[in-house]
Amino acid sequence: MRNLTSGPGRLAFVLLPVLLSLLLAALLVLAVGREPQEVLEKIWQGAFRNTRSFAGVLNFWIPLTLASVGLFVTFRAGLWNIGIEGQILAGAIFASAGALTFDFPPELAPLQLLLQILLGVLGGMVWAGITGALKIWLGVNEIFGGMALNALAGVWGIYLISGPWYPEGGSAQQSRPFLENALYPALSREWPVGLLAIAMTAVAMVLVPLIMARTRWGLQLKATGSNPRSALLLGVPTSRVAMSAFLVCGVLAGIAGSYRVMFTYGSFRPLVAGGIGFLGLLVVLLSTMKPLWIPMIAFVFSAILAGSTRLRVSLQLDSSLAGVLQGTLVLVFILFQGLRQRLEARRDDLSTDASQPSASSQSGLTG
Amino acid sequence: MNVEFLNTLASVVANATPLVIASIGETITERAGVINLSLNGSLIVTAMAGFIAARVISFGVDVDAIDMIASAEAGLIGGVLVAMLVGGLVALIIALSSIELRLDQVTVGFILTLLMADLAQFLGQEYTRIPGPVVPKWPVPLLQDLPLLGPVFFQQNVLVYLSYVLVIGLWFWLFRTRPGMAHRAIGERPEAAYARGTNVNRLRYIYVVLGGALVGVAGAAYSLHFKPGLANPPAMQGDGWIALAIVIFGGWHPFRVVLGAWLFAALRAVSSDIQKNGLAVLGRTIEFNFVLLNGLPWLMLIVTLLLVSSGAIERLLLLLPGPVQRRMRSVLRSDPPRAIGTTFEVD
Repeated sequence: MRNLTSGPGRLAFVLLPVLLSLLLAALLVLAVGREPQEVLEKIWQGAFRNTRSFAGVLNFWIPLTLASVGLFVTFRAGLWNIGIEGQILAGAIFASAGALTFDFPPELAPLQLLLQILLGVLGGMVWAGITGALKIWLGVNEIFGGMALNALAGVWGIYLISGPWYPEGGSAQQSRPFLENALYPALSREWPVGLLAIAMTAVAMVLVPLIMARTRWGLQLKATGSNPRSALLLGVPTSRVAMSAFLVCGVLAGIAGSYRVMFTYGSFRPLVAGGIGFLGLLVVLLSTMKPLWIPMIAFVFSAILAGSTRLRVSLQLDSSLAGVLQGTLVLVFILFQGLRQRLEARRDDLSTDASQPSASSQSGLTG
Repeated sequence: MNVEFLNTLASVVANATPLVIASIGETITERAGVINLSLNGSLIVTAMAGFIAARVISFGVDVDAIDMIASAEAGLIGGVLVAMLVGGLVALIIALSSIELRLDQVTVGFILTLLMADLAQFLGQEYTRIPGPVVPKWPVPLLQDLPLLGPVFFQQNVLVYLSYVLVIGLWFWLFRTRPGMAHRAIGERPEAAYARGTNVNRLRYIYVVLGGALVGVAGAAYSLHFKPGLANPPAMQGDGWIALAIVIFGGWHPFRVVLGAWLFAALRAVSSDIQKNGLAVLGRTIEFNFVLLNGLPWLMLIVTLLLVSSGAIERLLLLLPGPVQRRMRSVLRSDPPRAIGTTFEVD
């Protein structure tokens, strides 16, 4: 028990959950009558069999990392931004509006790209801003406000392709494909991935944690997140700080949304967000708020996600296995974290003699 | 009063049933000071478990079978029991992680809500879009002949009647019995309850698991009656979140919770009627894309939470004369149980 906080003890509390969740997933695969090893191989091949499949992993990694970095900011401010899914979708809708409207000549193509990305950013910010305003000034908890706004963005998306964006002679599944100049340019034929988006993601994942660690704003975020009442007493404008966290997250979610429509699909469809926002919440929970881990965890999750898209074709297995694996991993990991903290606390308690009942760990779902 | 209108009211009451049962389950949980945020995933996974259990009991494991090997009743009872077991187990994870590991209930609940939805989709894939047993209608003798009330409330199925029993039963339990007082106390002031000799954490286990089991009944109510069978995406997608919001709107009081559920069901009835028959105001038809109507329940979710947080409901209380005010206070309050989401520790 002495080694819990450092060295091999700590490692065990990270490795055990990984093994345990793999074991649980293997049991599930056996339960539906398939070979776990075969499934694992297919997932690996689906992700890494060639450069194009690897690019497919990166195409998940870009929006997932962007969303996770945004959520890192809102979590820091003590906010459960479940509405990120709708913020990505709103970003996608706004960017699509640009893509379907603009048709700049080739020499102005970069300007069009920039305008569309900015529109995406605006969409993410609007949706995040509404959630924030509801939470901060009107007292509607961000979990419920966010969930409702997710659904509303979804309805709006379905409305758009069944009405205004209904493609001529097409089906109401997606808008017409975007023109070449409305898309993020691909790196090459072998590497179909948007270099500009990778660059933006890299900047975000380095810059945002750095700003949060080094600036006054970062400190204010942290203060607001850990104890809003005393932060307010210390002169932190907690409402403005919380709103800024929502908006920053909205910016990143908007870029993520723009990438989904302006590269991954090349058209608008209602399910473009595809659970990436929710997955981002899991990424940040698993990172235990250590920003260095976010891109790495996001990469592993993206590989699982991209790798399992072909499971239906190759093994007639539902691709929801990816979600099961990711969810189990995060759940078991969090449970082990709790266990470790309890064991440590108990060890500390052996010396002190505390027997007072007390309430702790406020989450306050309302107000 | 015309028959058509009574039929509509009856269908509102019927369609609200899973929401009522789930919100009552969550009210039991939250009154004990614990949030089960996994509601949406719990409903989806228990609908899956309940349907597969009922299907396997009644038809055997072959998904193409059309001949029953056991009665529909056996399958239905088995299905509901399995769904309760699964719902109780999910809730037990939340109780264990909160009480023993002091983990944040919102975090664990959120992970579970995602995980359970995926698990249901993965395990239910073979059983989507196949028929299974369906809970039959069972009009209550005598009561069904009551004017107005009979056709609306008593020509339904057993699950609907169960929801009435749960609402009235929970009200009686919470506000008219001694153990019910202890139930409220562990959600409001666990320290005081502890000082009076209540085993706070043991009671929390009981109420959290019980609440989860009821969410299981609600899940089974979807797949065994209201949205029979399994679909992908699940037919009741999002209802878990609405049920959670109904509990807040309902001020943790069973009567207001059931009103909230009926309000949502009524809104849905209206919008599906418009989708079917079109909309006419003052004889003039109004044209718009009816897809937009699907957003109404979510708009209402925001509006209802705004009503609660703005204190509008409490202000209503102040308009009432004194004695009525005192009586209505427990119904109209909108403060959450004070100890909600917190861990109670006695070392």
